[in-house]
Parts: sequence; C-alpha cells; structure tokens
Amino acid sequence: MIRVQEIFNARNRKKITWVLFLLPAVTVYLVFMAGPLFDSLRLSLYQGEGYTPTKFVGLQNYVDLFTNPLWREKFFNAFINTCIFFAIHMLVQNTLGLLFANLLSAEFKGRNFFRTVIFAPATLSVLVTGFLWTLILNPNWGAVNKALIAMNLREWALPWLGRENLALPVISLTSVWQWVGMPTVMFLAGLMGISDELLEAARIDGASEWNIFWKIKFPLLKPVIGVVAILTFVDNFNAFDVIFAMAGAKGEPAYSTDLLATLFYRTGIAGEHPVGIPNMGMGATIATMTFFILMSGVLTWLYFSRRNVTE
Amino acid sequence: MRWNKVQLAFTYIVLAVWSAVVMFPIWTLIVNSLKPQKEIFKDPFGLPKTFTFDGYKAAWSDGRFDLYFTNTLIVTFISLILILLIGSMAAYALAKWESPVSSFLYVFFIAGLMIPIRLGTLDLVRLIKALNLQDTYWSLIPVYVAMGMPIATFVLTAFIKELPGEMFEAAKIDGASELQVYSRIVLPLMRPALATVAIFNMIKIWNDFWFPLVFIRAEEARTVALGVSLLFGQYRTDWTRALAVLSLAAVPMLLLYIVLAREFIKGLTAGAVKG
Repeated sequence: MIRVQEIFNARNRKKITWVLFLLPAVTVYLVFMAGPLFDSLRLSLYQGEGYTPTKFVGLQNYVDLFTNPLWREKFFNAFINTCIFFAIHMLVQNTLGLLFANLLSAEFKGRNFFRTVIFAPATLSVLVTGFLWTLILNPNWGAVNKALIAMNLREWALPWLGRENLALPVISLTSVWQWVGMPTVMFLAGLMGISDELLEAARIDGASEWNIFWKIKFPLLKPVIGVVAILTFVDNFNAFDVIFAMAGAKGEPAYSTDLLATLFYRTGIAGEHPVGIPNMGMGATIATMTFFILMSGVLTWLYFSRRNVTE
Repeated sequence: MRWNKVQLAFTYIVLAVWSAVVMFPIWTLIVNSLKPQKEIFKDPFGLPKTFTFDGYKAAWSDGRFDLYFTNTLIVTFISLILILLIGSMAAYALAKWESPVSSFLYVFFIAGLMIPIRLGTLDLVRLIKALNLQDTYWSLIPVYVAMGMPIATFVLTAFIKELPGEMFEAAKIDGASELQVYSRIVLPLMRPALATVAIFNMIKIWNDFWFPLVFIRAEEARTVALGVSLLFGQYRTDWTRALAVLSLAAVPMLLLYIVLAREFIKGLTAGAVKG
C-alpha cells in the first residue's frame, strides 16, 4: 500500500515538474497574445468612446460595417486593396523567387554572393525601406525619375506615389523588392532536396531544362509552394508599415492604398480626423473581420495540404 | 549540378540585374547621406565630392539617437533572453512530456504562427494602461516575448524531438532531475536552434514599428524605428538629414547581416523549415 502511494506521488511530482516548465511560456502567451486576441473579438460587440466601450450592442458594429454606406465603402475599399496587395506579392514576388531559386540551385561562381544580396533587404526595417523608396521615387529629385530622364524616357518619369491607380502597385513592388529573398531561400531549400540523379536521368533522356522545371521540379515543390503561399497570405493581409511609410496612415492618395491594417489603425487606435477619438468597438470589429479572413485562408490551406498528404 | 554556357549566361544576367536593383537604393542611401543638399540634386549617384557629416550630426542631436539605440538594445536584449529561456523550457516539456495536455498546448502555441498578435492590439493597449506601463519601453517586452513563443516552441520542440532519447534516459538513471537534464544536457546541445530563434526574433523586434507607435509617445522611451519615423517627417525637405537618419537605422543591421549572412537567412526563414 505504501509503495503504491509512493509511485503515485512520484508520478504526480513529475507532472508538476512538467507544468512548471510550461508555466512561464503559457502565462505570457495567454496574457499578452491569446487573451488580447479573443478579448478583441468580445470588444467588437461593444460601443462607446475612449478605452472602455461599455455599451453592449450585440452585432450592431457588424451591421454598421456592412450596411452603413460610410463604413461599407471604407471596409470594402480596404479589403479589395489588401487583396490586390497580396495578389501582387503572390504573383511577382513568388514567381521571381522561384526563378531566382532555380537559377541558384546549380553550382557556379558567385552563387553565395547573389543569394546574400537578394536576401539583404529582408533584414532592413520595413519602415526604413518605405521611406527610402519614397525618396527614390520622389518626382522632383527621385533617382528613378532622374535615371529615366537620363535615358531619354521623360514620358516614363511619373509621380509614382501620387496617382491613384499607380500608388498601390508601386508600393506593392517596393515590398516585393524587400521580401523576394524569403521565397527564394525557401524554394532553394526545396530544390536542393530533389535528387541529382533524377534530374541527370531526365537530361540524359534529352528533356529540356524548361520541361524538367515544369514536369519534375515544380510538382515536387508543391508542398513548399503551399507554405510560401500561406506565409505570403498571412504577412500581407497584415501589412501596415510600408503603407504608413509611403502613403501615410490614410493610404494616400485618396485612400487608394488603404489596407485593412491602416483602416484598423485609424479607426481603433489613432481616431479619424477631425475628432481624433478612437472608436474601439469598430476597430475591434475590423480586427475581427481580418481575423476571420485569415482563419478561412489558413483553414483552406490546411484542408488542401492535408488532402495532398493523404492522397 | 552545373548550367551549360547559355544557361550560365542567362543566370548571370538575371541575377546581376536583380542585384543591381537591390543595391542601387542602398547605394543611393549611403552615398547621399554624406553629401550636401546641392550635390544630392546635381549628382545623385556618384561618390560624394564634398564629404559632410552634418546630416548625422543633426540627427544625433535633434533625435537623441544615442537614447533610441540604448532603448532598442535594452528591449531587444531582455526580450530575447526571456524568449530563449522560457521558450526552451516549454519546448523541453512539449517534446518530452507525453500527455494530452502537452499535445494541446503545442497546437495552441503553433496556431500563433498564423495569427498576427497585432489583431489583439486594442486589448493590449488597455492591458498596458492597466499595468501602468504606457509610455515606457518596458511595455514592449512582454508583448515581444509572447510574440516570440510560437516560433520558439515550434523550432525548439522539433529540435529536441530529434535528439537521441538514450542520453536523457542515461542521465535520469544516474539520478539527474528534469531541471538538471534540461540545464546540463538539453540547453548546451540546443545552441544552434537557439541561435536560429534568437536571430529570427532579433530582426523582428529590432525592426518593429507597430507597438512603439501604439504604446509610446514620450521621447525618453522611443525606439529607433519610432525615432526614425518622427525625424523623417521633420526632415522631409532636408535630404541630407533624412538620408542620414535612414542610414543610422539601416547600417547596423546591414553590417551584422554581412558578417552573419548564413545565420540570418536560416533564422528569418525558420518559420517555414518544417512546413
């Protein structure tokens, strides 16, 4: 009887040890990440001014967001801009990344140098990159326009950040400039995992490099492509700094570069002009909608990647 | 594998063109920060003919960059130590404790990789106010530590799971407690994984602009990113100063990157290693 008791105690003690190992991490994560996230969902059910909206209104904020033309227009504008911002990254950044990775997957002189250079901007602060490109694209001094004029392409020297139809793509490409190293390195790791014999065999059989890429490498890269796609999605549906730096918190010109995160910032944190009082309930509603958009994207990805594994 | 001549030529052309696209803005940034305004307008691409450190001097005195750097260093350093310490402890338990609790917690931590902490900002603002930490850089540390947990547990748990189990068993038979196994065996072995986690979080924390923007107004508590954004707004028409401010923020990280490129690349892509 005593021995049973001892074993029981030993096991309990072990359990307590593990709990103690986990406790600090779980506490910080709960209090400063998971908790605030879920409490923000709750906050979206309240209205009121200042930091403690106290009036419970049910889903009224959501009703306002979707039916009040003022909010609806803002929200859908930001949503569509965010989709465009994401789509440009998906298409341009990840295609370039795939191209660079494929070129870098062979052995040649200078390979490490190129890899290092391509990745370098990813270590800079997004804010600094944004400000730097604002100066470079400036219509008066802007090095880009100076270079274009020097090449006799004066008609191409445009006010890159001043036109409504131009600003969002230009800012997206700036961001691509910064982040293209990430997919490059991930695809490169995937390509290095493909056996050389397989590729050699295909070459001996006379397959062109183009065919080898599409018929062998691309299908084998699918899991990596999935990971890159979901990371691109999460990062860009959450982008804020680059817009803040290049177009201000209002997404100039005329809200044409307003993203979900800048709308969230103006609504819930900074407060809209001219009153400058944050509307926390509505801010939380926008955050919650962003959360649901992210979740639906991630769950779709999980569903398809699981299905691919079991097939 | 090697490319044939034509493929190699194509490779060099594409990569050289992109490298030029990458280096051109960084080059313009650094050379022009050392030129007087007039020369920037006349000759924006060449090396400076009249060197001037006026931009840096002005930024340093107007912006108290010594203070911003100290603040950012303190925040980054303390956050990293805490992330590594409590992240590795949690990872050890997640990897070695076989129980539904630990499996659940693992998923719970990993979910944070996909959900940005920024969405909880409104509640964090209230929490920081309630803790009386607003307008201090201490407000940033718990948030960054929480933000670092998903990647830390993800990378470190995977690493510990791949260590040979016999080592732990042997130590335990010799009478070592879990705490001793963790501190004497696991921690030293985990160094490469800890470095990856540290670099990932270091870049994120050093460059973060969102939380300083939301939590901090007071000059004494500003970080480099916040200082840059405020000074850049002031200097918009003074190019020498504006570029000097940006160089101050960019050059330290770039230099560190040049020295530790391999580790940086590994660190920043850590979230995708395992998929």
